[in-house]
Amino acid sequence: MITVYEKTKGLTDKPTHYCPGCTHGIIHRIVGEVLAEMDILEDTIGVASVGCSVLSYEYFNCDMTQAAHGRAPAVATGIKRVLPDRFVFTYQGDGDLASIGMSEVIHAAARGEKITVIFVNNAIYGMTGGQMAPTTLIGQKTVTSPEGRNPNIQGMPIRISEMISTLDGAAYIERVSTHDVPHIAKVKKAIRKAFETQKKGIGFSLIEVLSTCPTNWGIDPIESLEWMKNNMIPAYPLGVYKNIGERE
Amino acid sequence: MVKVLMKGNEVIAEAAVHAGCKYFFGYPITPQSELVAYMAKRLPEVGGLFLQAESEIAAINMVYGAAGTGVRVMTSSSSPGFSLKQEGISFLVGSELPAVICNIVRGGPGLGNIQPAQSDYFQVTKGGGHGDYHIPVLAPASLQEIVDLTQDAFDIADRYRTPVIIMGDGMLGQMMEPVEFYEAKPKEVPKKDWATTGTRGDGGPKIITSLELNAESLEKHNHHLQAKFKQIKENEVRFEAYETEDADYILVAFGTVARIAMNAIRKARQEGIKVGLIRPISLWPFPEKPFIDTRDKVKSYITVEMSAGQMIEDVRLAVNGHAPVDFFGRTGGVVPTQEEIYHKIISVAGGVEV
Ligand SMILES: Cc1ncc(C[n+]2csc(CCOP(=O)(O)OP(=O)(O)O)c2C)c(N)n1
Ligand code: SF4
Repeated sequence: MITVYEKTKGLTDKPTHYCPGCTHGIIHRIVGEVLAEMDILEDTIGVASVGCSVLSYEYFNCDMTQAAHGRAPAVATGIKRVLPDRFVFTYQGDGDLASIGMSEVIHAAARGEKITVIFVNNAIYGMTGGQMAPTTLIGQKTVTSPEGRNPNIQGMPIRISEMISTLDGAAYIERVSTHDVPHIAKVKKAIRKAFETQKKGIGFSLIEVLSTCPTNWGIDPIESLEWMKNNMIPAYPLGVYKNIGERE
Repeated sequence: MVKVLMKGNEVIAEAAVHAGCKYFFGYPITPQSELVAYMAKRLPEVGGLFLQAESEIAAINMVYGAAGTGVRVMTSSSSPGFSLKQEGISFLVGSELPAVICNIVRGGPGLGNIQPAQSDYFQVTKGGGHGDYHIPVLAPASLQEIVDLTQDAFDIADRYRTPVIIMGDGMLGQMMEPVEFYEAKPKEVPKKDWATTGTRGDGGPKIITSLELNAESLEKHNHHLQAKFKQIKENEVRFEAYETEDADYILVAFGTVARIAMNAIRKARQEGIKVGLIRPISLWPFPEKPFIDTRDKVKSYITVEMSAGQMIEDVRLAVNGHAPVDFFGRTGGVVPTQEEIYHKIISVAGGVEV
């Protein structure tokens, strides 16, 4: 018998608590695979944030710390500055990173902290029950924008990858999506690239992964993938926004 | 060893370096800015690291990250900045991470001013952040005492896996006095086998978290924390009692105010009034014993604070109705004078002509 697919060493045996069809699980698997394939699990400290992924510290098979809402990049900075030869990553949602934690991520990027940020953009606050996020699309209905996000009232969505890539300390910034298999393969390539950037000590890396929240979007998982492709990608174009390593 | 003349803020910094602290994350605020500047210069000399954070919130969370790796780490601030650290401090307590946090208190509330105050007493001794907790708080009254207590602060932090606060007022931070540093005997502190440094060679993954979704489990964790606080209360009480044996009146003051009070006491003694002083050094755990020992003998206590009266609540609890507790305080950055305190003693003692 040949094994064609198996559990990655990068994740623990703990069953995840994510809703059916939520792409947080895919992103976890990919991060785990990259850490395992690069053989750096034993040298990695991950930082879980506050959001649906708060329990990710039970799922990644490496040392983990849980940070206050939005502060994961500061916690990661503290770890990495003490242990510069270790790999340090944060796993953050868009409420965590782009709202309450905007200051921490910008300054970590500006300082060129040699950490990797996995930024999961699902255009909503998942854990607290579907409130508007800074990344919620124009017209998108959430429990705190019941008429749909109106730019005159709630302002425009924030494009994190574009913004962070303007900072000199940012070394590798890419936006990817989980809506189909070819794109999922690109997610893995991007995350690998980010950890290699960290390995080379070039600077700050952030991978923005477009992700679904069927539960709070109020549509089924398949439709969610379609919705993400048709609505999120036009607002959040995919691609590499910064690659300092390439330039050199 | 020779004595050197230094500013209080710098003494805290140098004492921390002597205690083995190599990492400092901070943000400028008067009247503690010299501490940050000293660390920026000093830590690289000892192979450590100073990083100016983008805010006090970031600083305390950097401390959280660094503390999780098992190193001795510190941050410092003054009142408004200290308020911003509260969520992070609560996380340190919940996750049981050792760190030392210094608050050089200034006038408040709000932006207040940059003059000395003690009005953060409630905040440092009663928890401050969310959740059920206490943090050991040490309040030095002289620069030499800073040297001892800073060493103690790091030891207590490691021994009990807790943040420890050093509380001073702006005066303590700014004054200059000769101090002597010494190589402290390394204290026995438990091995940090909980630190997240990567799993290479140490078995399975370790997790640092304050989250516990199950109510019974969180209650269990809280009971564990409470048991630890009880242990700290048993072992880490520090105070100074001065001429309390024969005293009819006892002043209660901490930090620099205690020094001013001491002068007022000397003057009152010359006038034949038997006054003593209880100086809490650990503000939490609050020293109850010197009150239990004196409360059935004295006529009254007088609490003197640079606040509208905060420590007085703990004094009343310790006295427990056995004697009256009077109060004298100045707020907003006004420092009480020796004369004012002396007059307060006289008015309480009643009748001595002045
Ligand atoms: C200081 C603080 N404010 C608010 C919250 C409540 N809270 C928990 S998760 C969350 C939003 C998380 O959303 P996001 O980062 O988008 O992650 P998702 O759940 O969508 O994966 C909020 C506001 C908190 N835990 N702490
Ligand atoms: S609430 Fe949304 S983001 Fe959270 S687990 Fe469920 S589907 Fe995923």
